[in-house]
Order: sequence, then structure tokens, then C-alpha cells
Amino acid sequence: MQKANSSQNLQPYFIFLLAFTSGFCIMGIELLGGRILAPFFGSSVHIWGSIITVFMLSLSLGYLLGGKLSTRSASLATYGFIFLVAAITLLPIALFSQWIMEAVFLNIEDSRYGSLLASMALFFIPTVILGMLSPYSVRLLVKSSNESGQIAGKLYFISTLGSALGTIVTSFYLILWFDINIIIFSFSGILASLGLLAIFINKSCQLHKMELSHV
Amino acid sequence: MFKRIAVFLSLLLLTISFVQAKVIHQERSLYRNILVEDNDDLRCLKFNVKSTKTQQSCFLKSQPQQLVFNYTKLLMASLLFNTQPKRILIVGLGGGTMSNTLAQLYPQSHIDNIEIDPAVIKVARDYFGFFENDRITTYNQDGRIFIKRALLKKQSYDWIILDAFNGDYIPEHLMTKEFLQEAKTLLSDNGILSSNTFSLSELYAHESATYKAVFGDFYQVTNKVNSNRIILVSKKGFSNSSLNESNINKLDKKLSFYGVDIKLLYRNMVNTKNNQNWSKNTRVLTDQFSPANLLNAK
Repeated sequence: MQKANSSQNLQPYFIFLLAFTSGFCIMGIELLGGRILAPFFGSSVHIWGSIITVFMLSLSLGYLLGGKLSTRSASLATYGFIFLVAAITLLPIALFSQWIMEAVFLNIEDSRYGSLLASMALFFIPTVILGMLSPYSVRLLVKSSNESGQIAGKLYFISTLGSALGTIVTSFYLILWFDINIIIFSFSGILASLGLLAIFINKSCQLHKMELSHV
Repeated sequence: MFKRIAVFLSLLLLTISFVQAKVIHQERSLYRNILVEDNDDLRCLKFNVKSTKTQQSCFLKSQPQQLVFNYTKLLMASLLFNTQPKRILIVGLGGGTMSNTLAQLYPQSHIDNIEIDPAVIKVARDYFGFFENDRITTYNQDGRIFIKRALLKKQSYDWIILDAFNGDYIPEHLMTKEFLQEAKTLLSDNGILSSNTFSLSELYAHESATYKAVFGDFYQVTNKVNSNRIILVSKKGFSNSSLNESNINKLDKKLSFYGVDIKLLYRNMVNTKNNQNWSKNTRVLTDQFSPANLLNAK
């Protein structure tokens, strides 16, 4: 009984940690986006226009989809599963970006539309999925409508703080120490481990509840 | 005593001339602040303000053909290896003084200028007498993209001049191994590439290691006064016979008119073969790892 309570009490902190990490990774990847595209599309101002447009667009769609998904028997397991999918969809950025960018470069002469299409191909899907996590976190944390605003506020606070840190740590240090692909693989690895941990915690909580109901 | 007076007078003159510097044009472009300053006969293009290292290009209004900037003179050392470049690519226009000078030296040559900032092209045309004709063309494009597209069109150049680095910000994708390999492919068989960069900061070692990884040993010409350095590389790599001494006299007559002392440049050229002054295991800059600006700040 004691154990079940304590794990229930810790669960919000765990969700906040996950929200922080997804915020961290989103901005870390957005920042790397400029460096990934530069060899094929240059460093003109419109490169950042393309990247930011794609990220904002995919986040907005992600919020919509995540909110929708949260209405269907929301659980920590599904939440963890979204992290896992996000981690997997990040991999093509490291594995196939050269190939994708070359194809776009050969077919589109104007580097504005080239960079827009390339960012779409590389970042759209993972960012939509990462965006789904925000409303889903709110769903898992809110217990009564009275506290919903406060919890949403706390969640935005933590995930945006994660984004701020992801931006500064990536641009000040990570790019100075590591190859871009190593950073992407690490982000993917961290998201996947947290997702698996969420699924595991969900399983063990369910087992515990079952044991309790049998007693 | 006389020496002191002389020092005092020259300081006074310097202050007066500093005060007299007059901003005749100023604009904020997509990339930077652009200033055109007149200082008696000397007209300079500056990016941003109040820093001596931001001077991009200068010329004397009365003698526009004189090369005022030391690094533009240093770049001329490249001609020792290829005295008749027919196709020239300049990445980073500045005031267009390099293009103008080369157009006079080699009226039959074809010159392509690449500049990312449209405002810089306009200022070069309006204030620095930058001229274009059917042999001299300017493209408003990122240098890396231009080179990639030129490769697709199977073009080649006898001389590529990289002058895209100013003191404040380095386009990091123009300093990587992959980029230099692309540029190397774009060179003709006797082609030379010259890069105007810095000789200070931690970046020195990384940049040198990257050039060496792509081109092998190279020559460099440095200037102790304001830490410029020119890196000279060739498609074939350098051998003992690359530096043809008979070229020196041939060029001397031509270049002295532009204020270039090619004999002095020849003496200042150092080959990295026997003078490698960076650590052997320095990390090479690649598209995956190119924190040039962070390294330059160290």
C-alpha cells in the first residue's frame, strides 16, 4: 500500500522530467537543423525561415493530434510509446539526411524552396510526434478541472525551460565536442530510454494494483 | 627629441584623420551593418562599427588601382604558381577591389564574383567603382551553393579566391573538409585556391589541419601586423618545381604598378612541409563538426 502511494506521488515528477527532456530535444534538433542544411542550402537568412516554419507547423499539428489522442484511455504506457516513436523518427535525420538533401538539391534550384522541402522531409514527422507530448502530459497530470490551468502552466514552464537549456547547451557546448550525428543519436537514445521506462513503470503499477485487488 | 616630436606629430595627424573620417553611406542589410567611410582620399567599406578589424575593403579615390589592403596584396602571391589564370572565382565581394584589379591585370580573363549579401553588391557598385561586363559577373548566392551548382554544370576555375571571412563571423560551412573537397574538384588541373583567413586563435590549428587533409602541404603568407594569413593550395599539390623563379621577374613588372612587392611576398612564403606549427592530431573540421566561430572565440 505504502509503495503504491509513493510511486503515485512520484509519477507527476516523472512526467515533468519527460516533458523537460522533449523540450530540450526539440530545440536542440532545431538548432542543429541550420548546420545540417548549410552544406546544401547555404547559410542565408531564409534557411532559418524554413526551419522555424517547419518546426512551428509541426508543433501546432502535434498539439492537435496529441490532444485528440489523450481522449482515448490515456495511459503512461501510450505516453511512453509516443516517446519511443519520436526517438525512432529522429534516426533518419542522422542516417539519410545526405541522401534526402542531395535529391532535393538536384531537383530544386531555388534554395528557399529547397531548404523548405528538405526541412519538411527531415524534421516534420519527429517534431509532430514530439509536439503530441505536451497536451498528453496535461491529460496525465490533471486530476480536477480546478487545477488544470495551474498544471498546464507548470508544464509549459518546465518544457520551455527544457527548450531554453537545449538551445544553449547544444549551441555552446555539444557542437564544440561532438559530431552532429552523435548528438542526434544521443537525443534519440535518451527519448527512447525514457519512453521504455514509462512503459515499464506503467506495467509495474498495473501489476501492483492487481496484487492489491487480489489481497 | 626629434623622434619624440615626430611620434607626437604623427599621432596628432592620426587623430585629425580619425576625426575627419566621414560616414557617407550607412545601411542595415539582412546580414550586417554596412558603412562606407571617407577619410580624405581613402574610402573604406566597414561592416558594423568601431572596430578596426571590420574594415572589409579600401581604395584610394585618386589611385583606384592601388591595392591598399595588405591581404589583397598577399593574395597576389598565388600568381607565382599560375601566372595566367583564365577563369577566376571570387567568393566574398567586399568592395569589389580584387575583381577590379584582376580585371585590369587580365582583361581577357573571365571573373565570377559570389556575394551572399545583395546590399554589399550594391554598395560595391555605387561607392567603390566595382565594374562588371560580359566577362565579369556577380552572383548573389551562398558560396557553397554556387560551387555545388558549378560542379553539376561541369565548370572549372584556374583560381578560386575565398574571401568570405571577416573578423566577426565565419560562415562555418565554408571551412569544412567536404567544402574544400568540392572546391578542389572545381579547380582546373593547374588550379590554385587562395584563402584569406586569420592566424590567431584556436581555429588556426583546426583550419590548417583541414586544408592539409584535403590538399596536402600548402604555402602560407602571413602578415605580422594584423594577423592576416593567406593559405595557398593547388589541385596537384606542390612540388619543388611548382615555384618557378622566372615567374617572379615576369610578375614584378606587372604588379609593382598596383603597389604589390612580389619579391617580398616570395620571401615571406612558408611551406608547411618543414614548418608545421600545429599539433598533428588536431581535429579536422567537417560538415559534422564545424564550430569555427566557437573555436575562433577561444
